[in-house]
Amino acid sequence: MAEDTRQYTEFYAQVEKSVRERSCEVMNAPRNEALQTFSALGFPTRKVERYKYTDVAEDFAPDYGIALTPLEVKDLPYCYRISESPVDVTSYYNSLADRQDAVVALNTLLSVDALVIYVPRNTKVEHPIQISNILKGEHDTMVNRRILVIMEECAEADIVITDKAVDQTHFLTNQVVEVFAGDGSHLNMYEVEETHLLCTRYSSVFVRQGRDSQVRHTSLTLFNGRTRNRLDVSLQGQGSEVILNGCVIADKTQHVDNNTLIDHQVPHCQSNELYKYVLDDSSVGAFAGRILVREGAQKTVSNETNANLCATSSARMYTQPMLEIYADDVKCSHGSTVGQMNDDALFYMRQRGISEQEARLLLKSAFIIEVIETIPLEALRDRLHMLVDKRLRGELSKCEGCKLCK
Amino acid sequence: MLQINNLHARINGKEILKGINLTVRDGEVHAIMGLNGAGKSTLSNVIVGHPAYEVTQGEVIFNGKDLLKMTPEERAHEGVFLSFQQPVEIPGVSMVNFMRAALNAKRQFQGLEPLSAGDFLKLMREKRKIVELDSRLTSRSVNEGFSGGEKKRNEIFQMAMLEPTFSILDETDSGLDVDALRIVAEGFNKLRTPQTSALVITHYQRLLDYLKPDVIHVLIGGMIVKTAGPELALEIENRGFDWIKEEVGL
Repeated sequence: MAEDTRQYTEFYAQVEKSVRERSCEVMNAPRNEALQTFSALGFPTRKVERYKYTDVAEDFAPDYGIALTPLEVKDLPYCYRISESPVDVTSYYNSLADRQDAVVALNTLLSVDALVIYVPRNTKVEHPIQISNILKGEHDTMVNRRILVIMEECAEADIVITDKAVDQTHFLTNQVVEVFAGDGSHLNMYEVEETHLLCTRYSSVFVRQGRDSQVRHTSLTLFNGRTRNRLDVSLQGQGSEVILNGCVIADKTQHVDNNTLIDHQVPHCQSNELYKYVLDDSSVGAFAGRILVREGAQKTVSNETNANLCATSSARMYTQPMLEIYADDVKCSHGSTVGQMNDDALFYMRQRGISEQEARLLLKSAFIIEVIETIPLEALRDRLHMLVDKRLRGELSKCEGCKLCK
Repeated sequence: MLQINNLHARINGKEILKGINLTVRDGEVHAIMGLNGAGKSTLSNVIVGHPAYEVTQGEVIFNGKDLLKMTPEERAHEGVFLSFQQPVEIPGVSMVNFMRAALNAKRQFQGLEPLSAGDFLKLMREKRKIVELDSRLTSRSVNEGFSGGEKKRNEIFQMAMLEPTFSILDETDSGLDVDALRIVAEGFNKLRTPQTSALVITHYQRLLDYLKPDVIHVLIGGMIVKTAGPELALEIENRGFDWIKEEVGL
């Protein structure tokens, strides 16, 4: 057994009984398999293609207290604890997640509860469903979060998931989300991270889309410590469309790694992807986006763009757009750019009396706003405009700013 | 207003200005003419503090203050404005946000409160009329998708908004058709007061017909070789620069 996994397997050996008691049958069923996978594989090293840019073992090495608290879900429309789900989730739970991924397996092993968001067929959810994850605690804590989103035929919903941290301790979040977008369903899903420098986030989101379904996933990393987001979309029904947008604002020593896969399995599907990063100070960004067009997936239309702005010479960006096509009648494009601040624009603004700092801020904001502007939900868009502006002005996570920075 | 003494400047190690002396008094318009590469644009860039240029010798005194010690934004707050030869496109930064940031920075420098959103937009509407700038343009990103003429009009519009005391027009007439030239020049004239001065860099008499400069300078090889009244511009239009070169022995 690999050394780095030992603290987790030993912990599980101690708490297995109480984990199983607090949890439910559908979540307990795959635990043994998860334990085997996790022990056998160990944390992925940087030699594993999809983990090239982030050192997983190092992120999981600290001695965290592991939270094993069941959820309390009360009067939240369409949201249920897994044990109280109105639909049988046996065929859904852990069916989409990558069972050969040690980080996912660890979540399957240690999650005691899961949130089910279930939207029945032909139901249009009027108000966005908002899930706020607030990290609180005096001690360094690891949280395993598990979410199932089940959108039945022609269901429509907006889901906003936010991550926040209140206390200035180390938090490690390991999230697994499985999204089932049924035929003709429409889902807009937003994930907003606004934590602090001591937070580490691992997220693995798996999406399966049925015929004529539309999914839009927007990932926004506004403030973080270390973040690794995996997002896999499998287009399994003809006529389905997916939009993956993301924006990252990082400075100091922040690390943000987005790794996406769009798997075109059938003909006549469309995918669009736009990720933009603004990196300042000594922050590190990584983006790897793989578009896979399988044999027979004719008439696929796919666009992938990753654009990055490095505001300093010590900020680093790794970008890897990938297009793999096994069909011969498709329209696909992909590209990435890494640029610096436009000196001519900076000078132009300074000549008009705008301070250098404000001019830089305007340029960064202009760069990132393109992603915010794609958000159809007006209230969220307005709020994000405000948050982005505050973030770039250094007014977000203020206490963090004075504690660890000058 | 502006006094330049023995100014030397270089870019990428190459000396371009080799001892410029120039005095512009309140209310005066001076024109600088000269062949391509003579250093006209370098002079304007040095005055506004472009970081690519290095001043190796000399001084620039603006209303008694040492301009060369100031950052570009401080020079702007003091009242120095450059109408760029090639205005920069800034995608994603709206004209409104850009102008508001510029105006409020200046107001802050003057110890004034920022303008309210309503007053600001009213001011934008008023000043737009001076150069007949379409509201369609001021609702876009800075200079993005503007034609050559619209960019130059936008420069004068910004000048109207910021009310500088000393403006440099760097080939503001280049790329303009006859009508646009008239609009830009008349716009500039509307903004003139006995307290404002300007330095106009141009190759052509046409712009000067409108602006009626008080003094004409000829810049050759990084030095001002001849200074005279407005009649000099007409003579250059007719005879070119060769006779001046011969006269000064270049």
